[in-house]
Amino acid sequence: MYQYDNYDQKIVDDRVEQFRDQTRRYLAGELSEAEFLPLRLMNGLYIQTHAPMLRVDVPYGLLSSRQLRMHAHIARKYDKNYAHISTRQNIQYNWPKLETVPDILADLASVQMHAIQSSGNCIRNITSDQFAGIAEDEIEDPRPYCEILRQWSTFHPEFAYLPRKFKFAVSGATHDRAAVKVHDIGLYLVRNDAGEVGFKVLVGGGLGRTPVIGKVIREFLEKKHMLSYMEAILRVYNQFGRRDNKYKARIKILVNATGIEKFTEMVEEEWSYIKDSALLLDQKEIDRVCAQFAAPEYDENAGADTSFVEHQASSPAFAAWVGRNVVSHKIDGYRAIVVSLKAPTIAPGDVTDVQMDHLADLIDKYSFGEIVTTHDQNFIMPHVKQADLFSLWEGLVAQGLATPNIGLLTDMICCPGLDFCALANAGSIPIAQQINEKFNDMDYLHDIGDIKIKMSGCMNACGHHHVGHIGILGVDKKGVEFYQLTLGGSAENDAVLGDRLGPAIEKEKVADTIAQILDVYVEHRKEEESFLQTYRRLGIEPYKQRVYPEKYLEKKVAASAAY
Amino acid sequence: MQLIKDQKIVEDTWQHISEITADTDSPTVDVPRANIIVPFAYWLENKESLLNRDGMLGVCIDGDVDIQEVVKDIEHFDLIALDFPAFADGRSYSHARLLRDRYNFEGELRAVGDILRDQLFFMQRCGINSFQLREDKDMQDALNAFTELSVKYQTAADGAEPIYKYR
Repeated sequence: MYQYDNYDQKIVDDRVEQFRDQTRRYLAGELSEAEFLPLRLMNGLYIQTHAPMLRVDVPYGLLSSRQLRMHAHIARKYDKNYAHISTRQNIQYNWPKLETVPDILADLASVQMHAIQSSGNCIRNITSDQFAGIAEDEIEDPRPYCEILRQWSTFHPEFAYLPRKFKFAVSGATHDRAAVKVHDIGLYLVRNDAGEVGFKVLVGGGLGRTPVIGKVIREFLEKKHMLSYMEAILRVYNQFGRRDNKYKARIKILVNATGIEKFTEMVEEEWSYIKDSALLLDQKEIDRVCAQFAAPEYDENAGADTSFVEHQASSPAFAAWVGRNVVSHKIDGYRAIVVSLKAPTIAPGDVTDVQMDHLADLIDKYSFGEIVTTHDQNFIMPHVKQADLFSLWEGLVAQGLATPNIGLLTDMICCPGLDFCALANAGSIPIAQQINEKFNDMDYLHDIGDIKIKMSGCMNACGHHHVGHIGILGVDKKGVEFYQLTLGGSAENDAVLGDRLGPAIEKEKVADTIAQILDVYVEHRKEEESFLQTYRRLGIEPYKQRVYPEKYLEKKVAASAAY
Repeated sequence: MQLIKDQKIVEDTWQHISEITADTDSPTVDVPRANIIVPFAYWLENKESLLNRDGMLGVCIDGDVDIQEVVKDIEHFDLIALDFPAFADGRSYSHARLLRDRYNFEGELRAVGDILRDQLFFMQRCGINSFQLREDKDMQDALNAFTELSVKYQTAADGAEPIYKYR
């Protein structure tokens, strides 16, 4: 993985001291609340319901065992012994004290980590495919480009006060696992007709109040122009994005208002001035960064192992875990494994200090010391020999990290919601609990199969509810929590926003309503058809009829009366 | 009045002529020799009289002004003041870069309005070289803002090479 050189280290060290001084000035009354706000936000620090929330960047989700141990330390020393994985692959702390944040940043800097631009109206942490570097369908590893973008965007002087936050995602595979189309800028590594690898560039995607699927602004961009083209897009946005209304300030609103053709014209014109400037990216630098993501030294004979198959035959529990949580790897004899942070009794995406220390030991032993945070709020261990899977599984079971539910109903995405977040209108975690209590039969969950439930406690959509197969949005109706359901969303290559099912439902009925929706699926599915496929074939009507029968009854009565 | 210019605290030698309405006399009558900064709209209406006076001329623009309009007359300006009506309004960062990088403006680029000490580093990198801080701010302390971050990853109007060139 990427290792800081002296320059990278100096930047995060300087930043720690800068933020220490900013915090000191704020606490001394030299900076007003309003003036401190953008400064702390640019360092991932929110003021939340109970305490500040600190969001730490995990660039493209990749962590070393040393970094993971530092997170365990931070959770123990400054927080309440746990951390939370966000949908943008970051790690969040819900209980730090403001005065201790400079010390936390210093601890992070000591292991090449930071919280720079993890919040605020600037370019945020750049996310990627959780299986980057090991996926069989990969055209090229996206992480070097994420890292180059990270460096370019870090303290970019022109783009520190954008109209609104700005999110990048980069995918290097044919299957989009990075939700590229719902980012302000989405990049796909693609091969053109001449066989060269470059980028397909999308712009103006995003969720929030006005969910939009990104549009293609350029079919093929040479790698050497990556930074100049990004700078051109950002410069157009910075000048012309709306600033009068925070809900209309994202780039998607600008792109929709101008139209993609006109917007493309503006960007291409801006780009024509700067494409051959100092922004032109050296191949030497690309090579330098790529070299840091070189594959580890795999065991060529890993595929010869037979114990993996034998263990599955003798242990049904192990076999069940292999069935859901183990993923193929481009190297024969290796697997990637998903560590489930969705045990029934915990808030989705939470992990304790003890678990993190334990995971750090396991990845040192079994996964070349690397682990990856995922958009779905789990961890990936990217390089595990099949011969080690059984021992690893036993190690995970010991810490409650082997729930065999990846991709199933209980592998939900869930924002912190009303329990922690000052923005939320309704709780998310209690709904996750309700769902876990209702659907506690593993056989039933396996029968339902692949399904993505995504839940947000407000329309800011941190839980990406619009692109859930079942989306759940918490709303406040005169002080009472209600939940709006959507069906049929997807964040993958076939990205589409979910359809609204009907009026929001009461809190107590969320899990029961999901059961009704699943009943419709089970009754109508054809062989091997997934929930999403059945939904796409049937449309929303049968689901509406099941969940809101009284409405249909009324309609029928009205229709027959009219007749 | 003092301000920060080229990372030093200096006396301001310019007068802002901001309270101009269509029916008042031309400010050129009142301050014939002074260096004055006028709103860009005023420049558009009074080009001739402004060009026929002694003293240097600056214009003040905010993010709403079409930068292409400013560029048409750029040779007449010794100073361009970029007004930040609110510190969160970042449009003038791009305007500064365009004026410096593309249109080679070599006069003084001044930040005025709601500007914060912790923004000076970014502003300077975009080509702004003077800063009129709010009166309640400590200018001496603000000078530290330019050097808090000693490494710059990316190129900008300050001519910095991307750091990777040194690697």
